[in-house]
Amino acid sequence: MTTVTTQAGPGRAPDPERTAAVRALLRGADARRRRTDKTMTALMWGAFVLAMVPLASVAWTVVANGMHQFDGYFLTHSMRGVFGGMDAGGIYHAIIGTLLITLGAAAISVPIGLLTAIYLVEYGRGALARWVTFFVDVMTGIPSIVAGLFAYALFAVFFGPGVRMGVVGSVALSVLMIPVVVRSCEEMLRLVPNELREAAYALGVPKWLTVIKVVLRTSVAGITTGVMLSVARVIGETAPLLITVGVVDSINFNLFEGRMMTLPVYVYRQYSQGLVPCNDALDAVCIPSINYDRAWAAALALILIVMLLNLVGRLVTRWFAPKTLR
Amino acid sequence: MAQRIDVKDLDIYYSDFLAVQGVSMLIEPKSVTAFIGPSGCGKSTFLRTLNRMHEVIPGARVDGTVEMEGVDLYGADVDPVAVRRQVGMVFQRPNPFPTMSIRENVLAGVKLNNKRISKSAADELVESSLHGANLWNEVKDRLDRPGSGLSGGQQQRLCIARAIAVKPQVLLMDEPCSALDPISTLAIEDLVAELKDEYTIVIVTHNMQQAARVSDRTAFFNIAGTGKPGRLVEMDDTATMFSSPSQQATEDYISGRFG
Repeated sequence: MTTVTTQAGPGRAPDPERTAAVRALLRGADARRRRTDKTMTALMWGAFVLAMVPLASVAWTVVANGMHQFDGYFLTHSMRGVFGGMDAGGIYHAIIGTLLITLGAAAISVPIGLLTAIYLVEYGRGALARWVTFFVDVMTGIPSIVAGLFAYALFAVFFGPGVRMGVVGSVALSVLMIPVVVRSCEEMLRLVPNELREAAYALGVPKWLTVIKVVLRTSVAGITTGVMLSVARVIGETAPLLITVGVVDSINFNLFEGRMMTLPVYVYRQYSQGLVPCNDALDAVCIPSINYDRAWAAALALILIVMLLNLVGRLVTRWFAPKTLR
Repeated sequence: MAQRIDVKDLDIYYSDFLAVQGVSMLIEPKSVTAFIGPSGCGKSTFLRTLNRMHEVIPGARVDGTVEMEGVDLYGADVDPVAVRRQVGMVFQRPNPFPTMSIRENVLAGVKLNNKRISKSAADELVESSLHGANLWNEVKDRLDRPGSGLSGGQQQRLCIARAIAVKPQVLLMDEPCSALDPISTLAIEDLVAELKDEYTIVIVTHNMQQAARVSDRTAFFNIAGTGKPGRLVEMDDTATMFSSPSQQATEDYISGRFG
């Protein structure tokens, strides 16, 4: 092994005076900067903890209040024939309703939203694209109750006043969902490097195939995440579903006929019924707070469903992510 | 196989901005033509007009003709997608598709076009293209690994393999070595020398030694000043260009007395 030295004498010991001078130069002598650094770090952590407090609190409250009513029976039974303070009833019908209506909303919004995003990123030029962007922005701000009224009014034109069915709720939710899907998909498509599009064009691949097989394929992970986020955004909506789908105690699998129950509406409904006046002489088992208990347990179920969806989204993301591993 | 390209009086615009003016040149088949010149003089822009890639940029257009064996590439009945299948391109930065394996990258021109290809034909195409790009021995044991896991020089050769797998007549290379180390550069240059037996090759380079090493003919582009259009100053056999160019500007640029 050879040692490379830039100075004349090999192994020349550094001059102690110079060493001291260099040490003085290199030592972090700036006390003020160090203080600022400490303060800012403390502030960031403080803000983080402050942001986590409500999250942890919500999670804890829901779990603590919802746990003892939350069991297999609760998940697999409807509210049919349940009255008073009976220790019975569950959310099966509401889970079915929520899943079907949200699925319907996604089935409407994802194609429309994704195609809009593709138009905006890959094809849109000039006035039309600007107008589309503008209206998507406007749609983002629509209050959910207005979306519900819109969907109700739309279906009332064809089916007469008082129409209530699952698909109306899906339409209402899709009005809220479409702008979120457009926005997140647009962002993900813009992240695809232009080089990849040019690489495909240079191979003689037409534009539409490039969009499908290169742009969408490269961004599918991000698009999935975006869709999952938009589902999470609408799955907890209450007001539009109260108007469009209504309230029911029994199970309904048909999106196109009759009322359906959904989890947020179920929570609202149970909570608004309040305490049950119990008469010990008449009822063998009567729990005064049963409505509140069911509301909390249903809220817990809703949170779990959203978490599960996010988990699935993560898995899909990982599955489709571009391969970068060596 | 390789075709001759005849450019006549080509003006290239970005919207209203005239980027390159009045270029006429003849690109010989089965030879390497190098474009040299300072940055921003329109070499790459001109190169991209040879396979209609510049049209991808909104507002870009050309006046004049680019004829391949007498057929104007900008004629009304010519499909730009078909042009790009005949005139392949390799870009400055290696750009393998990140979602595809090495094998899939080579087959991209087939697969992305939804063409059916039997497994044996695909295997053959992958092997011959990777051989053609001098990459086969390095990757033959890991064809199913992602293309983005290769080194920069290997990625660039993968992109060349991908381009020649489409079996084009002409291969355009836009500074293919500018992001590579000297050893990878040498590998690409050797490859260019081999490829010219089969293809017409046009290469843009900032490296004048590279132009001198690999090309048969050299074209020098220059620009009068910012905002002015780039022009073709002169074009000649590489040996002549580097020993006794007819224009003073060429000599100044080549000898490093430019600007």
